[in-house]
Amino acid sequence: MKVDVDMSICLLHGQCVIAAPAVFSFDDAGGLVWLSDVDEGLRGDVEAAADACPEQAIVIG
Amino acid sequence: MGAAPRITIVGASLAGLRTAEAVLALLPEARVTLIGDEASVPYNRPPLSKDVPQALAQGAAEAAQFARLVLRSKIPEGAVQMRLGQAAVSVGPGGVRLADDTLVPGDWIVAASGLRPRRLALPGAEAHRHVLRSFDDAVRLARDLRPGARMVVVGGGFIGCEIAATARKLGLHVTLVEPAPHPMQRALGPRVAGAMAALHRAHGVVVVTGRSVAGLTLEHVILDDGQALEAEVIVEALGSHPNVEWLAGSGADLSDGVLVDDQMRAIGASRILAVGDLARFANPLFDAVPRRVEHWCVPGQTARRAAETIAAQEMGHIPTAGFAPMPSFWSDQHGLRLQAFGAPALADATRVVEGDLTQIGHHPIIVEYLRDGLPVGVLGLGANPAALAAHRARLDAALSTSVAC
Ligand SMILES: Cc1cc2nc3c(=O)[nH]c(=O)nc-3n(C[C@H](O)[C@H](O)[C@H](O)COP(=O)(O)OP(=O)(O)OC[C@H]3O[C@@H](n4cnc5c(N)ncnc54)[C@H](O)[C@@H]3O)c2cc1C
Ligand code: SF4
Repeated sequence: MKVDVDMSICLLHGQCVIAAPAVFSFDDAGGLVWLSDVDEGLRGDVEAAADACPEQAIVIG
Repeated sequence: MGAAPRITIVGASLAGLRTAEAVLALLPEARVTLIGDEASVPYNRPPLSKDVPQALAQGAAEAAQFARLVLRSKIPEGAVQMRLGQAAVSVGPGGVRLADDTLVPGDWIVAASGLRPRRLALPGAEAHRHVLRSFDDAVRLARDLRPGARMVVVGGGFIGCEIAATARKLGLHVTLVEPAPHPMQRALGPRVAGAMAALHRAHGVVVVTGRSVAGLTLEHVILDDGQALEAEVIVEALGSHPNVEWLAGSGADLSDGVLVDDQMRAIGASRILAVGDLARFANPLFDAVPRRVEHWCVPGQTARRAAETIAAQEMGHIPTAGFAPMPSFWSDQHGLRLQAFGAPALADATRVVEGDLTQIGHHPIIVEYLRDGLPVGVLGLGANPAALAAHRARLDAALSTSVAC
């Protein structure tokens, strides 16, 4: 599964980091980092992250 | 059960849409109807007090602004019957009655009808009085957001403070009137709220506290001490009323929203569930007191819980015990991001764990909220997300031990 975040609309709420910590995290500078190719087993978490994102910035491919 | 269950949801916004999705994920054969009194498809509200009125006032096209608010949905085309532009007026054993007198049957009724703004119980100045809940409200307000205009915001909750900040950005003269000693005091506590008041003042908002509005004239807002504030634009941001009238006589407890159990079932009406801003539920992370929670995260959390309840009952098993979602909310004011986890409003003490409240807006701040010496919330003010995430994890751990015992 492909995961992308539209950084032009992401406001760094961090809801995705809470919903799917194995996929999304913050680096030390506070930037959002994520795995772009994610194991199918994590689909539920990634979908929960996309739902929890107030900016609808997460795109699941 | 034999036939596919009929789930009828009233309120086609965040909570209603998420409920439809969650029900279909668990019960793909369910027949779901989504009833909404707004004519438009479900959309996101938080930008309505922030960037949307700003963009509209600066000439952005309405259609494009609306398009970016539309909530994306996983529901396959045609899987949910949409009844938009139709208010529910009552509910009975046969189902939900709409304004056009049609009856929509339902084995389960989900109340997702949210809130509407409270108004000042005063006549006058009708043409330039505004509230902010719907996209149409934002469009109407944006027309009055002219640089140099004088705005009075009545009520210093989050929406009032956000619109005050937005209006300052657009060059209006803004006065914020709040009866409490500080704006947002109930949500953030006196220390942080005091610092936020200082931030508003530093950005040119005139903050008048300890006063309420006694009258409105064509040109002025009159306060209870007789002070007259010039006002070409008035925003009433006094909090909200739950939209529960259509549930009258259903047996549900409607004293403040809809009182529900930990499965989102209305107490007193076992086939009615409530979700989102409307639902009043106890959160065992904190205590046994049922409360309504007006944060964006709640519709998703309660919708999933309601769908689990319906699916479990339809399939004849007992839903998993306990519902203890972690609340979170954010706000944006004068370029400062507030991000909270837990329930700061329940705290009796605060502890600044990073930064300094006198440096608000200039340096990152993290505040821990305590009740009886135990953490109940954490708030970042312009905080580094990674630093805040660490505090949120600590809060999680602290609160989950309190649930366990
Ligand atoms: C201006 C604004 C800014 C916000 N900013 C933030 C923020 O920064 N952070 C945050 O965490 N939260 C924020 N929120 C809160 C968040 O948007 C709400 O918690 C969320 O919208 C609640 O969703 P809901 O579906 O429960 O209710 P609502 O979104 O209120 O939806 C209820 C729907 O039901 C409809 N309805 C009502 N009565 C009937 C009836 N009888 N028949 C049919 N339909 C009916 C209503 O018209 C509406 O469409 C903000 C809210 C507003 C208004
Ligand atoms: S939840 Fe959405 S907006 Fe927030 S950090 Fe994740 S992708 Fe960005």
